[in-house]
Amino acid sequence: MNFENLDLQAIWFILVGVLFTGYAMLDGFDLGVGALHLFTRTDEHRRIMLNAIGPVWDGNEVWLVTGGGALFAAFPAVYATVFSGFYLAFVLLLVALIFRAVAIEFRSKQPMRWWRQMWDIGFSAGSILSSLLIGVAMGNIAWGIPLDERGEFAGTFLSLLGPYPLMLGVTTVALFMMHGALYALLKTEGALHDQLRGWINNCIIFFIICYAITTMATLLYVPHMAARVRATPWLFSIAILNMLAIANIPREVHHGRDGRAFLSSCVAMIALMGLFGLEMFPNLVLSNPNPANSLSVRNSASSTKTLSIMLTIALTGVPVVLAYTASIYWIFRGKVKIGRMSY
Amino acid sequence: MHVLELSRFQFALTAAIHYLYPPLSIGLGIMLVLIEGLWLKTKRPIYHQMARFYTKVFALTFAIGVATGIVMEFEFGTNWATYSRYVGDVFGSALAAEGIFAFFLESGFLAVLLFGWDKVGPKLHFFATCMVCLGAHFSAIWIVVANSWMQTPAGYHIVGEGLKARAEITDFWQLVFNPSSMDRLCHTLCGAWQAGAFLVVSVSAWYLLKRKHEEFARSSLRIGLTVGLAASLLQLVSGHDSAKGVAKNQPIKLAAFEGLYETQSNAPLALFGWVDEKSETLRGSVSIPGMLSFLIHNNTQTPVKGLRELAPQREDRPPVNASFQFYHLMVAVGFGMILVAGMGFLYFWHGSLFERRWLLWLLVLSVLGPQIANQAGWFAAEVGRQPWIVYGVLRTSQGLSEVVKANQVVAAIILFSLVYMLLFAVFIYLLNDKIQHGPDEADLEPSGKLGLGRRDAL
Repeated sequence: MNFENLDLQAIWFILVGVLFTGYAMLDGFDLGVGALHLFTRTDEHRRIMLNAIGPVWDGNEVWLVTGGGALFAAFPAVYATVFSGFYLAFVLLLVALIFRAVAIEFRSKQPMRWWRQMWDIGFSAGSILSSLLIGVAMGNIAWGIPLDERGEFAGTFLSLLGPYPLMLGVTTVALFMMHGALYALLKTEGALHDQLRGWINNCIIFFIICYAITTMATLLYVPHMAARVRATPWLFSIAILNMLAIANIPREVHHGRDGRAFLSSCVAMIALMGLFGLEMFPNLVLSNPNPANSLSVRNSASSTKTLSIMLTIALTGVPVVLAYTASIYWIFRGKVKIGRMSY
Repeated sequence: MHVLELSRFQFALTAAIHYLYPPLSIGLGIMLVLIEGLWLKTKRPIYHQMARFYTKVFALTFAIGVATGIVMEFEFGTNWATYSRYVGDVFGSALAAEGIFAFFLESGFLAVLLFGWDKVGPKLHFFATCMVCLGAHFSAIWIVVANSWMQTPAGYHIVGEGLKARAEITDFWQLVFNPSSMDRLCHTLCGAWQAGAFLVVSVSAWYLLKRKHEEFARSSLRIGLTVGLAASLLQLVSGHDSAKGVAKNQPIKLAAFEGLYETQSNAPLALFGWVDEKSETLRGSVSIPGMLSFLIHNNTQTPVKGLRELAPQREDRPPVNASFQFYHLMVAVGFGMILVAGMGFLYFWHGSLFERRWLLWLLVLSVLGPQIANQAGWFAAEVGRQPWIVYGVLRTSQGLSEVVKANQVVAAIILFSLVYMLLFAVFIYLLNDKIQHGPDEADLEPSGKLGLGRRDAL
């Protein structure tokens, strides 16, 4: 198929955004379940938490892998600059992701107490660290990082740990914890379900505090991340949608409608990522100082030919992926029952 | 050490360890499809028990394969940023296709394969197993295509000059079917099937030696040996094709594999030896005269070009002795696998295998064969590609991340080494535990929807 007369650079900006939003929505809940894991006290509850995400965490992580691949193919300069510039941060993220992946797989393979505790801590610490680092990376991209005229990163590892990126990191952890708790609510019953209902309120409060601080900090110190909405007031409706979706979560939880609460959380995440993308566009990485060195869809994209081929690949592959991902969630719907094949 | 050596070491370390697992997943995937297919066809409970048992082993290898694989995808950006900028337009699309076509398929249906036993009917479960196996094969296709493009680039042109230069795609299908991709794909897949089959062979032979689960072990050994022998023989054909392809597309690499410095007709094939790169000679070798010419050109008199003619400058040559040794190790182990599988197969049908304990022991150890050959073959392919990162287009030394310092790479290497050592230890421990525990007697009776008659289930 030939798409070369479309604005492919903008389309791929959106598609990469969709992949990372998919990642946040899906892996977000299993990272969140990981962050909450150590709060559950009994072995049985921990196994239920693990098996709530058991059949799907693997597929969720593929969204990150595919997002990374799409970024590499569509915007090689961004992939190269961000990954080499955030070198140690990414190595830490990879180690954290490895740990939580294998901890899920290994934990229940042996009955010893020390064995299970070791992997419980690995799972939880890996999940929290991954969420934090993803948030910090987002924060740096929003704040802007020093780039030289060739688009290479000109800062240091420590310069990535500024207060605003760290705040965004903590907010991400809070968001994923809330999201994960809502998902766990869907998958559990009985005592654990009641316990989770109690935690959810705390998670929501924690998230709303972080969210308010981050939003204020953004408006005060990162004005370029609100410029487009300021200039185009109707876009403010996305921000309103975001706030309404968040406000709707405690309401649905209160009425015992767990599914709707989880969906509200998904909508809130989509709106947040939408706002993030709108404010960034057409830039993918902001240069701060020297905005002229920023990497945008215009100066860092692959050739039209490649973007067109990739769009063909995406249009053939993605509908199939969505169809069977949905059927797999359907097969594993309902509350978790621990069986012989469980983690 | 310099960043270049460190980054190469880091990539080699993480790739070598990663490459222990996907071949097992691909090979065991095939085995699972066969076993479950046999179960659906014959309804013999032993095949159900077998499918359950090897699924557990599969789950173990798959999890580590995924975990170590994420590292690989991001390492191009972290350590080889200049390379990524240069080739992203071409190379990236193969990686993205791998994500969309392979990984989603694999990981999605894996859920049904692992946890769906009691939730779906036998046919749907079998379908999921086939899809996982297919996904694993797709992932091999795309990554081998991408890697083959680095060996024999095609379907691209260079745009821009100096620091702005980069490769851009001109023809997607030329990129996919570049001169070496199909040969190398066959070779990689045969190696993966061997890895899976010989794992099954090894476990079964162990049970027979220990006189445990004997009925299970006999059935499982039969399947393993059949696939193992078939894959090993195919590997011989595919290896020959691959080598001819190397001779045609990367003659310097072939000359290094064979330690051939002087262009000669009646070129000999060395069985083993040691290349002295200083004096440019092959020492202590035993060779078959004319064999190399014959294998490549079907004629002993056709000359084969040597390194002195092909690459007069040393900096244009790969490390010759390392290429030679890895390549010869791979070939030797490859022939060994044919021998072992052939003997096992013969005595099995003859009915006297179970009395030959030495052969059973050999079969237990045979699991190492494909792993050694896969690693050695991969090292031969990548060391032989040097000094190029994209053959003839971009040198490895030009592909580095400019902003990454040596101490950062050292930190990464230390972290990855520690984590991977731990992972490997845990993997071996759990694998051993599963094998010692053996197949579950309860699995002789399928439960849940699988236990229902065919008509009642899906």
